[in-house]
Amino acid sequence: MSAQQYPDDLYYTKDHEWARLEDRDGQKLATIGVTRFAVDQLGDVTQVDLPKEGESLKQAEVFGSVESVKAVSDLFAPLSGKIVKVNSPLSDSPEYVNEDPYDEGWMIQLAVGDAKELTGLMDAAAYQAFLREQGE
Amino acid sequence: MQRTPLYESHLRLGAKMVDFGGWAMPVSYAGGIIDEHRATRQAVGVFDVCHMGEIHFRGPRATEAVQRLVTNDVGRLTDGRALYTVACLPTGGIVDDLIVYRVSPTHYLTVVNAANLEKDRAWFFEHARPLCDVTDASAETGLIAFQGPGAKHALQPLTKLGLGDLASFAFVEKCEIAGVPASIARTGYTGEDGFEIFCDAKDAVALWDRLVEAAAGIGGKPVGLGARDTLRLEARLPLYGNDLDETTTPLEAGLGWVVKLDGNEFIGREALRAQSASGVTRKLCGFVMTGRGIARHGYPLFDGQGQPSGTTTSGGPAPTLGKNIGLGYLPVGLDRAGEPISVDCRGKRVDAEVVKGPFYKRVGGAGRGPAKPVAGGPGNPSRVS
Repeated sequence: MSAQQYPDDLYYTKDHEWARLEDRDGQKLATIGVTRFAVDQLGDVTQVDLPKEGESLKQAEVFGSVESVKAVSDLFAPLSGKIVKVNSPLSDSPEYVNEDPYDEGWMIQLAVGDAKELTGLMDAAAYQAFLREQGE
Repeated sequence: MQRTPLYESHLRLGAKMVDFGGWAMPVSYAGGIIDEHRATRQAVGVFDVCHMGEIHFRGPRATEAVQRLVTNDVGRLTDGRALYTVACLPTGGIVDDLIVYRVSPTHYLTVVNAANLEKDRAWFFEHARPLCDVTDASAETGLIAFQGPGAKHALQPLTKLGLGDLASFAFVEKCEIAGVPASIARTGYTGEDGFEIFCDAKDAVALWDRLVEAAAGIGGKPVGLGARDTLRLEARLPLYGNDLDETTTPLEAGLGWVVKLDGNEFIGREALRAQSASGVTRKLCGFVMTGRGIARHGYPLFDGQGQPSGTTTSGGPAPTLGKNIGLGYLPVGLDRAGEPISVDCRGKRVDAEVVKGPFYKRVGGAGRGPAKPVAGGPGNPSRVS
């Protein structure tokens, strides 16, 4: 389990995804996954369906799904961009999502298309306030 | 939302609560569904089923009254024996599936699904009250299931009753479990050996605490509705509202073994006789996903040629098998082991294969035995624990 429920260095969405930003050779990359809250809600994840590298996503677009024992949930892109990497080990080891949602359980990495979209995302404090507002 | 007497106990155990047919019930506790599923298959699980309905039939004509309502032969019951059955509409559609316990020739107890309690009560009152006294004791009755290969071993120290003498589908109306006045039945809904223990609602917390403690002693634990569903699906036990409803008949659902067409009269017998004579056109089938995907309730099914052929009624991962499984109604002809079908999993067509019999069947009889998965194989679906 990740030491922190909601790490400070991440951006968060109301759909309970997170994005970790980094600059590489002048290109903004965003690694994306689902939050601890999402994982707690889902329960045991048994299958993760992800798109292919090279596909382009628009912000808020469905890019895949997570199946838990109980139900299936869509994954929404926190940002627009082109998928440069997919966490393919998740197809054989979906439990990484439960065990380590912010590290081993990451899902895709995007080359960010429009950095201005970041202003629509929440920081850790705002996300936790959002969860409290939702009564969680 | 309604609460069982164990609501606070669930919160203390860190349960994730959900709305289940108007009841606040634990879907799982801290360890999660798969963990609870395995604990039940390997040791023992403790289940709050206080939400289920208990309706009593009392009077000199109680046998006749109950028989009128259910398809199985109530006449073959003796005192202290129970049977699984369904209650049908005149159309043969299923009102509910239930267990009938014969306490005495003038007293029967029926245990019905929580989500159907109001409907069942009205139906039973309407058709049985002219013949006998019918009372709904659901609110005053606690019910806890204790299920798993270690159930007998873990429970025995809590009672003077010789549990080894209690056959499958037998029950003892008056006994003491953990110091609590109780009734105990060797029934369940998990595919494992086990017991269902009735008590006064006010004693439910005391009984629960002792059962949870006894379970922990052998590596067992409380189990929520999430694992209850995966356990019953592996054992191919139908769930009312998913696999059974008023538009499906017991003959279509593979429950012909609880329908005694040549026995006493019951509501729906004529329709079921007619359907039996002409033959059913669809059957509830089990299937295993051969492609990558998980079928869920409502997902469309297709035959080997890609023609629409039915709908998934239950589906999900089978933790003991490490496969994804499901149930659904398919036209007669497709109900053959190995028949290739496919499932529309949210727009993606995923291959599956029809299997016969329970997905999982425990080894051994009513006693203890190591659990072993089987994918297919003979055997009736049954609620036998």
